[in-house]
Amino acid sequence: MRLQDPQNTVSFTFDGQRYRGVPGEPVAAALLAAGVRLVARSFKYHRPRGIMSAGSEEQNALVTVGRGPQADPNVRATVLEVSEGLEVFSQNAWPSLKHDAMAVNDLMSPFLGAGFYYKTFMWPKPFWEKLYEPVIRRAAGLGGLSGKANEDRYEKAFAFCDVLIIGAGPAGLMAALTAGRAGADVILADEDTAMGGRLLREVEDVDGQPGPDWAAETIAALSAMDNVRLMTRTTVTGAHDQGTYGALERIAGPRRAGKPLECFWRIVAKRSILCAGALERPIAFPNNDRPGIMMASAVRSYVNRWNVAPGKAMTIFGNNDDAHRTARDLVAAGVKVAALIDCRDDVQVDGDFPVYTGAQVVATKGRHALERITISHAGGTRDIRTDCLAMSGGWNPTVHLTCHMNGRPIWQADIASFVPTPGNVPGMVTAGACNGAFSTAACLKEGAEVAAEVATGLGLKPKVTVPAADDSAYRISPLWAVPGQGRKWIDFQNDVHVKDIKLAAQENFRSVEHMKRYTTQGMAPDQGKSSNVVALAVLADATGRGIPETGTTTFRPPFVPVAIAAMGAGSQGKGFAPERLTTSHRASVARGAPMIEAGLWYRPSYFPQQGETHWRQSCDREVRYVRNAVGVCDVSTLGKIDIQGPGAAALLDFVYTNTFSTLKVGRTRYGLMLREDGHVMDDGTTARLGEQHYVMTTTTAAAGQVMRHLEFTLQVLRPDLNARIMSVTEQWAQFAVAGPRSRDLLNSVLDDQIVDADWPFMACGAVDVAGVQGRLFRISFSGEHAYELAVPARYGDSLFRLLTAQAESYGGGAYGMEALNVLRIEKGFITHAEIHGRTTAFDIGMDRMISRKKDCIGQTAAARPGLIDDDREQLVGLKAVGAVKQLTAGAHLFAQDAAPERVNGQGYTTSVAYSPTLQTGLALGFLKRGSARHGEVVRMVDHLRQIEAMVEVCDPVFFDPEGGRARG
Amino acid sequence: MVKLLPRSPCTDLLPRTVGTITMSEVLLDRVMSVAPFAGQAKPTSAALKDQIGLGLSAPGRAVSNRRARVIWAGQRMWLVAADVSLDGLAAVTDQSDAWAILRIEGAGVEDVLARLVPIDLRASTFKGGHTARTMLGHMSVGITRVGAQAFEVMAMRSMAATLVHDLQVAAENVAAR
Repeated sequence: MRLQDPQNTVSFTFDGQRYRGVPGEPVAAALLAAGVRLVARSFKYHRPRGIMSAGSEEQNALVTVGRGPQADPNVRATVLEVSEGLEVFSQNAWPSLKHDAMAVNDLMSPFLGAGFYYKTFMWPKPFWEKLYEPVIRRAAGLGGLSGKANEDRYEKAFAFCDVLIIGAGPAGLMAALTAGRAGADVILADEDTAMGGRLLREVEDVDGQPGPDWAAETIAALSAMDNVRLMTRTTVTGAHDQGTYGALERIAGPRRAGKPLECFWRIVAKRSILCAGALERPIAFPNNDRPGIMMASAVRSYVNRWNVAPGKAMTIFGNNDDAHRTARDLVAAGVKVAALIDCRDDVQVDGDFPVYTGAQVVATKGRHALERITISHAGGTRDIRTDCLAMSGGWNPTVHLTCHMNGRPIWQADIASFVPTPGNVPGMVTAGACNGAFSTAACLKEGAEVAAEVATGLGLKPKVTVPAADDSAYRISPLWAVPGQGRKWIDFQNDVHVKDIKLAAQENFRSVEHMKRYTTQGMAPDQGKSSNVVALAVLADATGRGIPETGTTTFRPPFVPVAIAAMGAGSQGKGFAPERLTTSHRASVARGAPMIEAGLWYRPSYFPQQGETHWRQSCDREVRYVRNAVGVCDVSTLGKIDIQGPGAAALLDFVYTNTFSTLKVGRTRYGLMLREDGHVMDDGTTARLGEQHYVMTTTTAAAGQVMRHLEFTLQVLRPDLNARIMSVTEQWAQFAVAGPRSRDLLNSVLDDQIVDADWPFMACGAVDVAGVQGRLFRISFSGEHAYELAVPARYGDSLFRLLTAQAESYGGGAYGMEALNVLRIEKGFITHAEIHGRTTAFDIGMDRMISRKKDCIGQTAAARPGLIDDDREQLVGLKAVGAVKQLTAGAHLFAQDAAPERVNGQGYTTSVAYSPTLQTGLALGFLKRGSARHGEVVRMVDHLRQIEAMVEVCDPVFFDPEGGRARG
Repeated sequence: MVKLLPRSPCTDLLPRTVGTITMSEVLLDRVMSVAPFAGQAKPTSAALKDQIGLGLSAPGRAVSNRRARVIWAGQRMWLVAADVSLDGLAAVTDQSDAWAILRIEGAGVEDVLARLVPIDLRASTFKGGHTARTMLGHMSVGITRVGAQAFEVMAMRSMAATLVHDLQVAAENVAAR
């Protein structure tokens, strides 16, 4: 029921029914205004539930927003803002909220207590995964996801400040004002839509004016400061290392295509002030979960802030003076108060309504909504008709963030609550209600004083002025659970009641952490914000310990649920990883080449031509280009590192197994690099361009790793070496020109003709390419007479088009990764398929490349007996010799007559290809004592793909073993 | 006689405008990395001063004049936008084609970069002439403040499309607020 007619309303739907609401107010307020009481079904027992709170701690009113892929489940109706056309749905009920078939669970409740699943569904064992778990999950649960990709945008952002103030109630506002005026760079974050905290929800004066007016004035003053940033709708979710805080912002305003819904912030602050306030806790009395039973502070929030009365005949049940405000505010708003029930005997309440002291609520009635309550008091019991009961068990300071770095709070008996332990989070101080200071005056004062201390610590000169406000003492007499028949709910979100916790204690789950796991108390999306203290008080009672000895469970981030969509924002689609495109990318795509990923790079798989229906046809043709004419391939993705300086040669000798100081200027050499542990790290060629100038090439996959390795070597292992390294991978576009006609092709694009006499195998040097200074290397990864030609990257696109056009005129053309792979397998050249991190130089037959004349990284470790054992799996070539010609990579090798089982494994295949040159299936692989078994036939079994073939072991170099083609 | 045609890293990608934000490509004809050899930082700086009027900048700083620019680029490494000759003093490596350089400017440019860059770029801490090697999304980049509301971002040439894409999305998100 609305207490005032709103000026401006919009319409939204709840379960298809249309309602009107004030834009920006919580959906919960609009539903209460419309008299909607039943809004949800509980997690386990499907009990009818209503709105309980007016904040992010809401336990009952979880709803789904939107539909289809955009559906957002488990949104708390108490923080969901009303907007035009908003679609809201209830959860966990079928066929409808009113008639929920699964409510049968509630009748079964005597059997479904804590630990029921653990005891009942143990046998037979396989049934758990296949039957029990799916059924239980379907019955118990919250909102679901559609399983479809959500196109909604989310974003992430970083922010920096001197002082982060968390919470903008009276303490937070005063802290911001004090720190801001002192000149600190301040971020003030609050999860509400408006700043002011309880000042907006209580009837109280500050500095002689109504609380909301004082808050508005203060916010206006803060907005006028350039050094203060106000962030509403922003929940600080976690306190992390180095003064970093996570925060989730619900972005204001209506949903629009392309507009992010939420932003996940990482805020780095020199200091922080927690002014998070306190959360009111429920009282565990019988059937305290009926729709219409809510927190007293929430009732005041709806009445005072949103002008909505949650009931027509209100009752209030509390154990502290704060509860009395509720009756006072309701009467002032013109709402009938049917009874104020205070469990304490010695309280004086003045008001025009019935007051019962020394009384407790012992029963409630009403199936889908509260209708009446029964109270017991000195004079006996009494039934009272009421449609809304406001309860208050006292306040719990919101200590969560102070405990995110492993801290625990301390018990403060006079307020029957935990308060923060100072210094729990480095750089964080606390002020106001979260610190146990509950009066408005105390909040204002602490906020100002704490901020002044912080500002002073930052070298600023703050001034403290504190406005006058209410300073009445907070008086409370602990009341956790009321005796009587019926379930007394503690954790409403996970359906845990007093008996469950007593049962846990009885079954010896006495530690608070064990009780939590046994009963699931505190494990729901609200993480037990409202229930934890009550639960451990009941546990303390059941185990005969005090509350401080019982202790709390661990508080972990995030403080409120954070969608993965927000944490991973920007990482969908193209945002998943950077795309590295070569200069020939456009030309390759224009030729219809399917691009495959090689690390972050995109490389052409093959270049299809008309009439080709299968990739193998294209691949075979491209292999023939290289073997018979000339092929062109972009090899720019290989890592290229420029190495200069008087110590350049010594650096190379130290990182490579073989020697580079003896390499002549104008020559290139193949090198092998080991890790410190003696295994192969990478291989490649390095060219000597000058006396003190080399260019190293790495594999595409290990370019970054090798760069890091060299940097580490220079900075840490050999700082004595006077050498400098710089990546030039991006500077040069480099193309392999391979095949018997490669020299002819080059001579058609080079300004000066080359001849074999000047350019023998492994020569390198500068050339002019169509007027551009380039570099030429006579190296070969195909076994043919071949070159690699490099030009500055700006000319890459142009040169690739020129080279491929020329190659076509010689009966060749572009070739892609598939052909490149076939060519190198035919020649037995290794890639990271072979040097996969577990192989040694010995394994790949290159142990003689580890020079004994000098030291190098990995040399000592590579000489360990286990790494040079003849029994190790060694690199071999494998040729299909049986009926089955198809070989697969990753298959295992066995002796011909051995059962294909793990214990009989003799090795595995790493690379396979069909060789159009040799017209057979080829593989490279590792086989025990392989180098001594050439000629033997072994069995290849691919258990995954169910392929079996007989293969002949041979030298890994299948084609042109003498190497005459490359040298000639 | 055939001639090779140059193509800049951001051809077809820039310029573009999103809300108040403008992105354009910066073309530097010559960029050399300069890494002084052991004990040669001072002579290198002096030689540079002779040749281009600028010495090596302090860590985290970029300096420029009408002829050239010097941008700190990491441990004992600078990028110099000019032809220089430092034989025996420093390793000089041609980087003219290695970088995609993007200028991003306009009201709210700090908000756009704050969506992608994890370092503090507020004007109070990251002033004109400040430069940093950092991350932009998943990419490692160099960022230099070149004006009150203008920055230059250097990324690997091959990642130009991703650089533009990520900034475009961030600028759209800021504009949508």
